[in-house]
Amino acid sequence: MGERPVLKIRHLTRPGIAPLDLDLAGGECIAIGGPSGSGKSIFMRAIVDLDPNEGEISLLGQSRSDVSAPDWRRRIVYVPAEAGWWADRVAAHFDDPDLAAPLMVRLGLTVDALGWEVARLSTGERQRLAMVRAFLTAPQVMLLDEPTSGLDPEATAKVEAMLRERLDQGVAMILITHDATQATRLASRRFRMAAGVLTAMGDGGGGGGP
Amino acid sequence: MNFAILNYWDIGLAALLLVFNAGLSLAFQLGLEKRLLIAGTRMVVQLTMVGLVLKALFAVSSPLYTGLAAMVMVLFAGREAMARQDRRFEGYWSYGIGTGAMMAAGLVVTVFGLTTQIHADPWYDPRYAIPILGMILGNTMNGVSLGLERLVSGAHTRRAGIEARLMLGADIRKAMRGVMGDAMGAGLTPIINSMAAAGLVSLPGMMTGQILAGVAPVEAVKYQILIIFLIAGGTGFGTFVAVIAASRRLTDARQRLRLDRLMVKSDP
Repeated sequence: MGERPVLKIRHLTRPGIAPLDLDLAGGECIAIGGPSGSGKSIFMRAIVDLDPNEGEISLLGQSRSDVSAPDWRRRIVYVPAEAGWWADRVAAHFDDPDLAAPLMVRLGLTVDALGWEVARLSTGERQRLAMVRAFLTAPQVMLLDEPTSGLDPEATAKVEAMLRERLDQGVAMILITHDATQATRLASRRFRMAAGVLTAMGDGGGGGGP
Repeated sequence: MNFAILNYWDIGLAALLLVFNAGLSLAFQLGLEKRLLIAGTRMVVQLTMVGLVLKALFAVSSPLYTGLAAMVMVLFAGREAMARQDRRFEGYWSYGIGTGAMMAAGLVVTVFGLTTQIHADPWYDPRYAIPILGMILGNTMNGVSLGLERLVSGAHTRRAGIEARLMLGADIRKAMRGVMGDAMGAGLTPIINSMAAAGLVSLPGMMTGQILAGVAPVEAVKYQILIIFLIAGGTGFGTFVAVIAASRRLTDARQRLRLDRLMVKSDP
């Protein structure tokens, strides 16, 4: 890579994961695989400080402890496998639904979906709306937990195209995926999480990545 | 004032109604007779003891003993409010938050009522202080326990939504606003409903008692209105304090939702 790390993680610990070090360069995507329950989501939650954890994390040289939690989470956005919703209607989940509309269209959703009830949405629709929400915070790092697990190949390609665009703009990503070909398409390095221990699996494998 | 003084036969006669209920339960095999009789006996014993305690308290009219009695009432109310929670904070927090909120609300509103409206002399006169504190505490306890219950269960069931807001960079107050509003609403709904229904559906117990004791109805009504305002004020204040304190305990300085500070009530 040769770039200075955007995200630098040193000795991140909390119950369920072993002390963990990781550097992530701008525009770099790493993929993490491994069985469910092995601590991948716990690791993501720890990075965005959703659970008590210890260790040093810095973003572009600025330590996490010097940044307020909301600011930190806007700069490093975590999109969990199952997104949460806090209102009945889709539109209420966007500060400015007009900004969401073009991104929704790009991901293959209709703008009408803004008026729908969340309860009516399919898994794939929820997943893409959660992605739109995350893109709108303009993060520097994205932590994506199986972002296309509920999508058909066509919608998956659309999501991946947008992710690739962000990578080109210098956004760094950690991608949890069980899809080895997706890891190959997007990631430059691959890791495996097992029983809370993260181990490198070598380069992307298929020569993918930025 | 003239009122009909009851003798023990009168009370025994009324108790026959409970015995009749127990008989019905036996006849139809409802299995309620034991609980009915135990609860009835408890009521008689507890109220008799309270009567004796009040008699002694009124006789000495000491600020120390009145204060002690008030403290015991608050502690019992705190225990009762905690016992109603299915999910509680770990350690002393569960007891402390409810009890602290009720103590603050009960004392502030009672002292306010005694010193500025009722003009008891001295203001701590137990004949006024204890019954008024009792009425305020009883209702505040309901508000506090309903509010806490709704806050904690709301944070639990709506965790994904709250954390989704946090993940998108919302501050914790914004993320918690929905469940906190629900909790306040749950705490205040009973008193709002009872104000709306007062006089139409139910005649408040204190007013009825004063009328039975020979007070003119309009005077009894005035007293009741004052008491309801004090009760509503205490309930609102206590619920507010409890919900704010509990929501602070449910979150932390790094703006996380800390459901790990809760434990589920173990089955008895």
